[in-house]
Amino acid sequence: MFESLSARLQGISERLRGKARITEADLEVALREIRLALLEADVNFRVVKDFVARVRERAVGSDLLTGLNPGQQIVKIVHEELVTVLGGARHHLSLAAKPSVLMMVGLQGSGKTTTAAKLAVRLRRDGKKPLLVAADVYRPAAVDQLVQLGDQIGVEVHTRPVGTPALEVARSGLEEARQRGVDVMILDTAGRLHVDEAMMDELVRIVGAVTPAETLLIVDAMTGQEAVRVADAFHAKLPITGLVLTKMDGDARGGAALSIRAATGLPIAFLGTGERTDGLEAFHPDRLAQRILGMGDILSFVERVQENVDQAEAEQVAQRMMENRFTLEDFRSQLNQIKKMGPIGQLLGMIPGAGQMAGAAQEAVDSGQMKRIEAIIDSMTPEERRRPEIIKASRRRRIALGSGSSTADVNRLLKQFVEMQRMMKQFSGGKMPRMGGGLGALLGR
Amino acid sequence: MFWRRRDVPTGPDEVDVQPTAVKAEPTAVPRPRRERSGMGLRAHSSGLGARLRSIMGAGSPATAATWDDVEEALIGADVGTTTTLELVDAARARFRADGGRSGEDARRALTTEIRDRLVRVGSGRFELGDAPSVILLVGVNGTGKTTSLAKLAYRLTAEGHTLALAAADTFRAAAVEQLRIWGEQLSVPVIAQRAGADPGAVAFDAVVAAQARNLDVVLVDTAGRLQNKQQLMDELAKIRRVIERRLPGQPRHVLLVLDATTGQNGLMQAEAFSREVGVTGIILTKLDGTAKGGVALAVAERLGVPILFAGVGEEIDALAPFDPEAFVEWLFAE
Repeated sequence: MFESLSARLQGISERLRGKARITEADLEVALREIRLALLEADVNFRVVKDFVARVRERAVGSDLLTGLNPGQQIVKIVHEELVTVLGGARHHLSLAAKPSVLMMVGLQGSGKTTTAAKLAVRLRRDGKKPLLVAADVYRPAAVDQLVQLGDQIGVEVHTRPVGTPALEVARSGLEEARQRGVDVMILDTAGRLHVDEAMMDELVRIVGAVTPAETLLIVDAMTGQEAVRVADAFHAKLPITGLVLTKMDGDARGGAALSIRAATGLPIAFLGTGERTDGLEAFHPDRLAQRILGMGDILSFVERVQENVDQAEAEQVAQRMMENRFTLEDFRSQLNQIKKMGPIGQLLGMIPGAGQMAGAAQEAVDSGQMKRIEAIIDSMTPEERRRPEIIKASRRRRIALGSGSSTADVNRLLKQFVEMQRMMKQFSGGKMPRMGGGLGALLGR
Repeated sequence: MFWRRRDVPTGPDEVDVQPTAVKAEPTAVPRPRRERSGMGLRAHSSGLGARLRSIMGAGSPATAATWDDVEEALIGADVGTTTTLELVDAARARFRADGGRSGEDARRALTTEIRDRLVRVGSGRFELGDAPSVILLVGVNGTGKTTSLAKLAYRLTAEGHTLALAAADTFRAAAVEQLRIWGEQLSVPVIAQRAGADPGAVAFDAVVAAQARNLDVVLVDTAGRLQNKQQLMDELAKIRRVIERRLPGQPRHVLLVLDATTGQNGLMQAEAFSREVGVTGIILTKLDGTAKGGVALAVAERLGVPILFAGVGEEIDALAPFDPEAFVEWLFAE
């Protein structure tokens, strides 16, 4: 697993704590960590060089070397620099003309067709009348895909018989857009390599024929060092107006966005999240900066929880916690919900400050500790789960035997559970740590 | 059965050696064909090789700065910082042990090191095993699973194997249609249910059909999924279990389809898919661009699994058995 930039910086921060002043050598160590972390986040190595040079310049120029808490100051400088590069980058579509053409271009598999449908949904929500045009005439069933998506979202799709050249499809699409009084024609094109000259020329000809108001380059958030070269090549040939970064619901840090911004200056229009047609988000430089840093993104965390948690069940558990009636049964259902949310480490990584705990918790899951806890609870009778205080020596032995663990394991779980209940008592009435509040304690961390 | 480079049968009609007989895009609009050579990989002047060559001028002595530049070049090829540092350390040790002096010696030490590591995990050695051999293709969205599956089907058919395709991507719009078109083109049966059907059931049907018809291979297409979506990963694990229960010892291969343009997230993909369904090999796609696919080196090293095939173009025959020698040559080509 990668150590995030924020974890690295935290390490620096701790190493430097208590130092009255830090030396040039300390600073170089910190800059090296920043360099490595940005590279691991897939920021282009040339962009990293410039970036680190700027951070060094600012660090030396500031009172960092003499000031208090130099570690935190470095974090602040890095974050500010990230926002500076990414920021001011938000792009608003200019689709005044009727019909305006919005063209999607990019490499194979970057998510053009899905993004086309998402844009249609968004534009219609904004009161525009969209038309989708299926000009990916190469990939088998690409046209079917757009037609099916159009059906799902209730947007018309312009298609031509198999064999019609893409340029022809674009032209007749525009014709239909005019006739129907459409506001925006969204033109889906086939994925292509930036070095494929014949295919790039095809796009140039399409641009000449339909003069798009907006040409969006669709980029996979997982793209590595190539991002700059790809964006440069598309940008050189076509009037690209903005970027859409797709698959942002994955766990890629999205360093490609920083690379492309720094190298081409192209603004970021949207972020694609998820396979549902409503998964298109406005871009926030600050949120992306935090993501690249691995600083945790509390909003994404909330979204994830909402997506995966059975709301009614969670509320019931929370209610019982409040009333101090939290049982092992409730704890078990809590564990289940957490499991549904995916790798714990990653989830905790989204909570500011929980970064360090993430590794430990994931280890607990990997090492089967979580399974053992479940097994122990499963080996109890319902009565025991509700009133663990009745579990005496012989019950302990039976539970240990039934769950394939030792009585010491059972003891530890019970002890920690009591500890957790005690903590809840302190919280009840006040602020409650809801999901997984006592998990850390139970895992003995 | 061992595959080596350049042994792709071109069909019974020896006169018609143009492999364009079946297009990668079975539509009436063929993509313009691009020229290829070697394992099928095209060199780009802006690639890693050119950089390294300029760094390690043949005659000039290798210095510490040389190795720093090598590091940077490897990172620029998406090899990733950890694996890069390991590789460079190992190459330096080899260089010293061999009494190397020049930049050219350093280059040789590095290429040998990389090639040896790829060979050690068994890269390029693909065996089908007992029939029916079930091959599961997995990966994140948009890496080229369906296209790779079609290319693999073409290759296996050309080698005389009988097969069935399982359309277990029941989620993405028109994914089943895409596979059906391929099946028609290649005259290979496609086992499918309606969109939204249980993918495990589709895989099961395909295995049963393969047993009933005595087929050699079942290629199972699965929906792309991001590795951090646990429910989708659970679904994939279930597909695997369904196959295993019906046919112990299968799937023989679980191939992770990895996009060469992917950066360090590729490692997280590999680790997650490996944890959930036990990846046995890698198909590295989209090597026909300028991306070097360096993350695959890191993945092969980390998981200890071989890179088995490389996607090197849009054409149906553009799936080459991975050849470590040719790959390294290409990495460092002009």
